[in-house]
Amino acid sequence: MERAEAGATEVTRSSPRRLVLAGAVLAVLVAVPVVLGAYPVTTMTRMLAFAVLVLSVDLLTGVAGLPTLGQAAYFGAGAYTAVLVGLHLTSDAMAQVAAGLVAGLVAAAATGWVAVRARGIVFLMLTLAIGESVHQVADTWSAVGGSNGLAGMPPISLFGSPLLASGFVYWWVLAVAIAVFAGVALVVRSPYGRTLRGVRDNEARMRALGYRPALARYGVFCLAGAVAGAGGALWVAQARFVSPGDLGFEVAALALLSVVIGGAGSLWGPCLGAALVLLVRDNLSASIGGHGPLVLGLVFVAVVFLMPRGLAGAGRGKGPRRGRGKGRGKERPS
Amino acid sequence: MTGHLVSVLNGLAMGSLLFAIALGLSLVFGMMDVLNLAHGAVYLAGAYVAVALVADGASLAAFVLAVLLAAVLGAVLGGVLAGMTRTTPHHLDQALLTLGVSLVVAETLSVFFGNDVHSIAAPAPVAGSVVVFGETYPVYRLLLIGFGVVLAVAVYVLVERSVLGSVIRATVADRGMVSALGINTGRVLVGVFAAGAALAAVGGVLAGPVLGAQPGLDEKVLLLALVVVVIGGLGSVRGALLGAVLIGQVQALGASLLPEYASFLIFAAMGLVLLLRPAGLLPARGAVRA
Repeated sequence: MERAEAGATEVTRSSPRRLVLAGAVLAVLVAVPVVLGAYPVTTMTRMLAFAVLVLSVDLLTGVAGLPTLGQAAYFGAGAYTAVLVGLHLTSDAMAQVAAGLVAGLVAAAATGWVAVRARGIVFLMLTLAIGESVHQVADTWSAVGGSNGLAGMPPISLFGSPLLASGFVYWWVLAVAIAVFAGVALVVRSPYGRTLRGVRDNEARMRALGYRPALARYGVFCLAGAVAGAGGALWVAQARFVSPGDLGFEVAALALLSVVIGGAGSLWGPCLGAALVLLVRDNLSASIGGHGPLVLGLVFVAVVFLMPRGLAGAGRGKGPRRGRGKGRGKERPS
Repeated sequence: MTGHLVSVLNGLAMGSLLFAIALGLSLVFGMMDVLNLAHGAVYLAGAYVAVALVADGASLAAFVLAVLLAAVLGAVLGGVLAGMTRTTPHHLDQALLTLGVSLVVAETLSVFFGNDVHSIAAPAPVAGSVVVFGETYPVYRLLLIGFGVVLAVAVYVLVERSVLGSVIRATVADRGMVSALGINTGRVLVGVFAAGAALAAVGGVLAGPVLGAQPGLDEKVLLLALVVVVIGGLGSVRGALLGAVLIGQVQALGASLLPEYASFLIFAAMGLVLLLRPAGLLPARGAVRA
């Protein structure tokens, strides 16, 4: 019975209170550059871009039940593509995001078939292997700058005029992030989203009902790749620099940590988690001698023991737990 | 041509190390479905033990001491990890716990040893080189190949020909049945976890003269071990050996023939194996075979 409740609680229902709350959050987010200085605004920009990556991890981990450590690879594919477009073709921000999105989609489609045949923890292992392979490629391939990465990308422009102030870049990133959030929310509430949750909770029954679980999983993997690619393009819109470190193990681990802190399956929880995690890594880290990962590692352990349902699940009595890794995923592909 | 033969030797030495490292990962996965993401960090801890004790070419005794110390450290870390993962029945939670531990261990190591690249000299008696196929070749790497052969035989005898090995194989196949027979499977699991981690840490010391020690090496080693396990088949000793030898060759030959694309080759090898044999080359069919 718990499973049935899971689906109901995870879909965000639009009650008037929720709409007011969402409106208030949106207003605060839009007002940020007016109120805060340049440095906090760039920090917030990074958080928004990272939140888009975290959304893609949540789409796989929470909605489709496929825990992943490989999304940083598609994030990186989007980031590298956007920088290459910015360096060689155009500084148009829309073109860069579109290119990043397509790069993430293509990379996920090219590598995803290896991963989606597995489930649960084997899926986690395969995505980690894919992600780390892509990281190694970025680290050694001289065409994309090797371990130095790619620098010197010109500022992005919108409708022909360059966005120089950090506030304008922030608004652009915020607009795209909201669009992506809305898109993911639509997918999650659509019949396809229900199919995904059905496959997550009871694959055998879904197959008996005539659905094709493998195809549904491949679809969501490609979709998540595209979302992560767009996140990568947003990341470099602010940083104007990309290096292999942007798609390393740590980024993938932090993205998964954000989802776990926020509560897998909820959409707003992981976004909040993303903000918290980046705050610890980039801001708190400096005040404790650059050893943010130490804190984050301890947070990881603490979250598993103390908050099994994350921020979004706190304050709710019964509900789904993460970690539905019931199968060892050794089954043959369907 | 002799250059390629030297590459093959390099690949065999790398394969020996990979077998030592991947074995624990594979068995723990096969027995408990626990993906130990801290395996690379345990390896790195072993490598830094070597840095602390034998960094600038110490005696053979110091090297042996480093190996023993790393084994103890690895076993302790493995025991802690096994204890932690047994507190929760959810596989994703278990993987997240080991991920947290790996971040903590890697960061603690960089606090103590800094972010510099450390190189480790081979122990004095075997630091020289001999002429193989008309080219000079380090003696130490030949010894590594020997170590791999000895380890493979020892593991074969232990897993396939001993009572303890039959208990381990039975626990992989059907944990419930083994505990119904009155055997404490919890102790078997912790033991295998600790032994696997100890082997990874020893691998860190032995690989020191080849790979050195630096932050980030844990991820690279974890990736290689994962690929070895995926290619070989989860929970399979024979598979781990075959996968390690294959990946060792792909790495060494790739680095000498196509240096630009060496990292593509690892993924291509994994993709090819998964395309043709989704369960790996030598999967454990219900039971581990050595």
